[in-house]
Amino acid sequence: MAEASRKMQVSDEVAIQITGMNKWYGQFHVLRDINMTVNRGERIVICGPSGSGKSTLIRCINRLEEHQQGQIIVDGTELTSDLKNIDKVRSEVGMVFQHFNLFPHLTILENLTLAPIWVRKTPRKEAEEVAMHYLSKVKIPEQAHKYPGQLSGGQQQRVAIARSLCMKPRIMLFDEPTSALDPEMIKEVLDTMIELAEEGMTMLCVTHEMGFAQAVANRVIFMDQGQIVEQNEPKEFFNNPQSERTKLFLSQILGH
Amino acid sequence: MSDTSFIRTEMLPAKTPPVGQRGVVKWLRENLFAGPMNTILTLLGLIAVYYLLAWSVPWVMRGIWDADTLQDCRRLTIERYGEGASVACWAMISERWHQFMFGFYPQDLYWRPVLAFGLLFAALAPVLYYGERRTNLKLIGAVAVLTLVFMGETWKLADIAPKATPALASNSSLVIGFAVALFGLLLATAAAAPRKLTWFTAIYPLLGFFLLWGGSVWGPLGVAMGFAILGIVFVLLQGRLGVVVAAGAGVLVAAIWWLGVQTVATTALHSAMPMGLYSVNSDVFGGFLLSFVIGVSAISMSLPIGILLALGRRSDMILVKTLSVGFIEFVRGVPLITMLFTASLLLQYFLPPRSNFDLILRVIILVTLFASAYIAEVIRGGLAALPRGQYEAADALGLDYWQAQRLIVMPQALKIAIPGIVSSFIGLFKDTTLVALVGLADPLTGITRIVRADINWKNIYWEPYVFVGAIFFAVCFGMSRYSMYLEKKLKTDHR
Ligand SMILES: Nc1ncnc2c1ncn2[C@@H]1O[C@H](COP(=O)(O)OP(=O)(O)OP(=O)(O)O)[C@@H](O)[C@H]1O
Ligand SMILES: [Mg+2]
Repeated sequence: MAEASRKMQVSDEVAIQITGMNKWYGQFHVLRDINMTVNRGERIVICGPSGSGKSTLIRCINRLEEHQQGQIIVDGTELTSDLKNIDKVRSEVGMVFQHFNLFPHLTILENLTLAPIWVRKTPRKEAEEVAMHYLSKVKIPEQAHKYPGQLSGGQQQRVAIARSLCMKPRIMLFDEPTSALDPEMIKEVLDTMIELAEEGMTMLCVTHEMGFAQAVANRVIFMDQGQIVEQNEPKEFFNNPQSERTKLFLSQILGH
Repeated sequence: MSDTSFIRTEMLPAKTPPVGQRGVVKWLRENLFAGPMNTILTLLGLIAVYYLLAWSVPWVMRGIWDADTLQDCRRLTIERYGEGASVACWAMISERWHQFMFGFYPQDLYWRPVLAFGLLFAALAPVLYYGERRTNLKLIGAVAVLTLVFMGETWKLADIAPKATPALASNSSLVIGFAVALFGLLLATAAAAPRKLTWFTAIYPLLGFFLLWGGSVWGPLGVAMGFAILGIVFVLLQGRLGVVVAAGAGVLVAAIWWLGVQTVATTALHSAMPMGLYSVNSDVFGGFLLSFVIGVSAISMSLPIGILLALGRRSDMILVKTLSVGFIEFVRGVPLITMLFTASLLLQYFLPPRSNFDLILRVIILVTLFASAYIAEVIRGGLAALPRGQYEAADALGLDYWQAQRLIVMPQALKIAIPGIVSSFIGLFKDTTLVALVGLADPLTGITRIVRADINWKNIYWEPYVFVGAIFFAVCFGMSRYSMYLEKKLKTDHR
């Protein structure tokens, strides 16, 4: 693993810049004064107790949620209500959801080629070649003509990852990609993600898989009550947490 | 050896279940004779079914076909089955079936509704069985043969009928030639590229209209031209102005064409090159011809309108939302009959003053609007059942609103809504009999009244209802079976 992380270079080019960002749901202040810079090639793990706003934060990055204050700049494009900017950002940011969200009425191959064909206007044949390439990469090319409902959870999540990759994103967001999976399937998904990290993908990953964090993350962010409470390199973060909240959280998830 | 430890040394082979636990015996026991109560209910049910059949089957099967009047029928019944026997008098049907089918449509022109009806299936096949080459081929082939046979039959009818016109004889070979060529083309397309058949579906409405109402061929072509203009404007503007604005602009330009330019253009073309069919007036339409014209038009238009209304109802735009909700609630709150009665009045207010709207067209519009409100609610149910994750995944992949609706949301929502949509369609089709109330000759009330007005069939009661009911049942049952087939075909979560 140590060898792997050496391969993963972080450049000093900025991929995501969030400054003074706030978000409310009605009166409820979910995200409070978020400041964060992500460089290209970084692998960031975000953790924190339930309801702390982790999902909301990464969903703001591709505008699945709207922020009310502050600035989010993704690859040089600021997210405003301008639809053009939103489309641009979304075409560069891939997202993987906790519940996969594959399209159940389409085959695996159609799931993968849909966006390239309709959004990127790629010719069908080329899109299918790309799709098969990524399916091989996540090690399930033989499932191409099945429907999502016929696959195991782990396979579905790998398809979801491949589906995002088919759009050739520069940044990948993961929202608890393994928490809906049985233990024996978690590994196959994490392996796929590790491989992706080794190829230099910029990744933001909400997860409680601390083994994964230690193996690939170059930074761990701990959130609580809508705020970033602590962030550090994984080794420091786990061995030497500073804030009381972090210590409590770590003792709870690592304690048993 | 202790009780808690056990090691299997030999694996057991699979055996068949014991007798009485499989096959017919098991099924009978579980489903019909599971306990005393169940057994009693089964026996009662069987007795009820027996009496129903014992009464109805002879009535239908022994029915009299060879009589000229109802009195004749009654006489023959007594002669054949003795005093007190009750059998159907189908002779009425064999004499009047064409009225039940076509109303007062000119007999020598029956081939036109027959051909239009046959082509309807050729237009539906590529939609109902999209991309299924063999089913399309079989269906269109069968329909082609049946249509040609029936066209021939109706000619015979017209030949013996005194009303046959000489013009027809010279034209019949032309008509048959046209029909054969058209079906040949359709079959060839179905064989080579079944998906291309949807082109025929697209032009069918105008072709069907032209066949049924006749008139100058330039009229329907002018209307088609309007749609072409709409399409061109839409495609040109879509990239720059977005789907909604482009569609609006297209409709506007097309409306200018239809209401302003078209009449002038088609009149000019017609005087330069007169071509067409005898025009047939709406007031001779009747029977199942009328039901199908109204039913099919309203069904095919209410689905897209219903989809738009359902989307409108969920829209973030407050005006669109309010209008959709208002329309849906209003239409659902008012009985169809009220709307049919006020049809002439209402539509006259909203449409340009010159347009003298045909009664059938008015009814089609109203029934369509009525059905689309129900369809919209059914589809809304399907939309609500769709997990939010589907929208989010579509957004995250960068699909725009209309792409997401068309590719992700609607296919799934419609699939969920199939049973409800088909129920609405079945209800709509049966509601076409209500047009009798505005003076149209629907098969149930309208034609039956006409038949009873004939002194020969004055007191006939059950037969027309059974006959008409049977045809309605066949059509509605067909729709219901199709929806079950479709649900099964679209089911993708089997393992
Ligand atoms: N659409 C919404 N409307 C109102 N409140 C919301 C909405 N979505 C989330 N919240 C609230 O915002 C807070 C943060 O939610 P979020 O989903 O970001 O938490 P999370 O850190 O991802 O938690 P979990 O680990 O359970 O996924 C929670 O208190 C939640 O109840
Ligand atoms: Mg979450």
